[in-house]
Amino acid sequence: MNQQDIQAIRAIIARHKRWDMLFGLLGLLALMVGVLTLTVLFADMAIKGAARIDYDFLTNFPSRRAGSAGILSAWVGTILVMLVTAFSAVPLGVAAGIYLEEYAPKNWVTDIIEINVTNLAGVPSIVYGLLALGLFVYKFGFGQSILSAGLTLGLLILPVVIVATRESIRAIPQMVREGAYACGATTWQTVRDHIVPYSSAGILTGVIIGMARAIGETAPIITIGALTFIAFLPPAPVTDVFPFINFEWLTAPFTVMPIQMFNWTSRPEAAFQVNAAAAGFILVFMTLAMNGVAIWLRYRLRRNIKW
Amino acid sequence: MTTATDVRSAAKAEVKNLNFHYGAFHALKGINMPVHEKKVTALIGPSGCGKSTLLRCFNRMHDLYPGNRYDGKILLHPDNTNLLDDDVDPIEVRMRISMVFQKPNPFPKSIYENVAYGLRVRGEKRRSVIDERVEQALRGAALWDEVKNRLDELGANLSGGQQQRLCIARALATDPEIILFDEPTSALDPIATASIEELVTELKDKVTILIVTHNMQQAARVSDYTAYMYMGELVEFGLTDQIFIKPQKKETEDYITGRFG
Repeated sequence: MNQQDIQAIRAIIARHKRWDMLFGLLGLLALMVGVLTLTVLFADMAIKGAARIDYDFLTNFPSRRAGSAGILSAWVGTILVMLVTAFSAVPLGVAAGIYLEEYAPKNWVTDIIEINVTNLAGVPSIVYGLLALGLFVYKFGFGQSILSAGLTLGLLILPVVIVATRESIRAIPQMVREGAYACGATTWQTVRDHIVPYSSAGILTGVIIGMARAIGETAPIITIGALTFIAFLPPAPVTDVFPFINFEWLTAPFTVMPIQMFNWTSRPEAAFQVNAAAAGFILVFMTLAMNGVAIWLRYRLRRNIKW
Repeated sequence: MTTATDVRSAAKAEVKNLNFHYGAFHALKGINMPVHEKKVTALIGPSGCGKSTLLRCFNRMHDLYPGNRYDGKILLHPDNTNLLDDDVDPIEVRMRISMVFQKPNPFPKSIYENVAYGLRVRGEKRRSVIDERVEQALRGAALWDEVKNRLDELGANLSGGQQQRLCIARALATDPEIILFDEPTSALDPIATASIEELVTELKDKVTILIVTHNMQQAARVSDYTAYMYMGELVEFGLTDQIFIKPQKKETEDYITGRFG
């Protein structure tokens, strides 16, 4: 190759590389828009709310005076509602996902069900609220309770759990499944001994992503009629008399973190805005803590799984 | 050469007029052949000739996927059960006939649990029985000495050849009547391949073996009988020596000598 050709090739490469650089810069910029906005929001909330976050804030009930108002009933309510959500959505979603992947015949009925499960994930949450108001609150007579709220959010995240379950089941190589069947396993034995254990990390991640979405939901909870001012706690789930567990809390009225925040932001006094920021910080912290647990569990569960 | 009557008396299984369809595709056409007891039978032929399809009929693996249809019989002796009969549960078939796959596919569980799985599926709970069978199977697969001190380690931590021997141990643990090998060395290096071939030759004292292989030298080295397949048909079946030295059909000769395939 003569000197002239080499020069020509180098010129072409240099021109192409300018596009590489340009896109690199654009991409970085796009990333920064998201990351910086979130960081600024979070920092702003933390700085505004920091003054209010102390032991009293976590252990006080709401009050008419901003300075002595706390989020005790809200965070306890949120945790209890999330418990009901998890206990309703996980068994239903995982069972549905396993059925669709391992049992369901592959035909057009299954196809339609699959498409609709995906569509369900896109239904606005307020619609779930209306459904729950009619079904859980009135028809089943659960009232405006923790049970109703938990089941509503459970329904809301059900499609997320189903999709996550199916995706992690699909990640299991077919040859592992064939290996189990070749040993003489039934479908149920294959599911119990292989499919569930090997996909549990992915399922769990999906569940927690769903829960992180549910924890911040406000609209459906307002729709079913959560109280905005609540100065007592539900009965404790654990008692000191046999059988040490009671379920009265399920039917108790409640409030949750986002509703408490919403309530405070609608007040005119500036001091309540600070309370809202502090509560927001704690809500984000709860979400991040859940994600942290998800990452840790996923790491632990995947450690032993290699294909 | 073995005569027709010898063939019948020593058959562990017989394929009778077997046709197999994947949906509209006619994958196996009128296959007839015996599988001799405690011998190694090799299935050879070019890619797509149906040798793996035929192998997977023996443990009804095709039942796992929709749209597959068997026609004809595979009789398992001495009880004459037709493995392909609709009334015969594929799980029963897989409990009698085990399989080793192309790529080693140990479960992401301990070495011990991998080998014990077939027993667990059968509801065996006695620890002493499982312990004994696991050791027996690992010895049978020439793996015991390498793993006896680390039975709790993951099967995936073994080398490729060891993993494949682990899968052989898993297939052996349940005392199968036939073991199916689907190109068991195609993912392995030459040294691991040699050890698997040696193992296959040793195993035939205890169990009937049907092996699919891409590699004609491998078929010549390990098998007693060879079936040459082409385009879903069985072209020629006979003693391996005869197939490789004096094939009856021109097509077989062309394939064996490398003029084709």
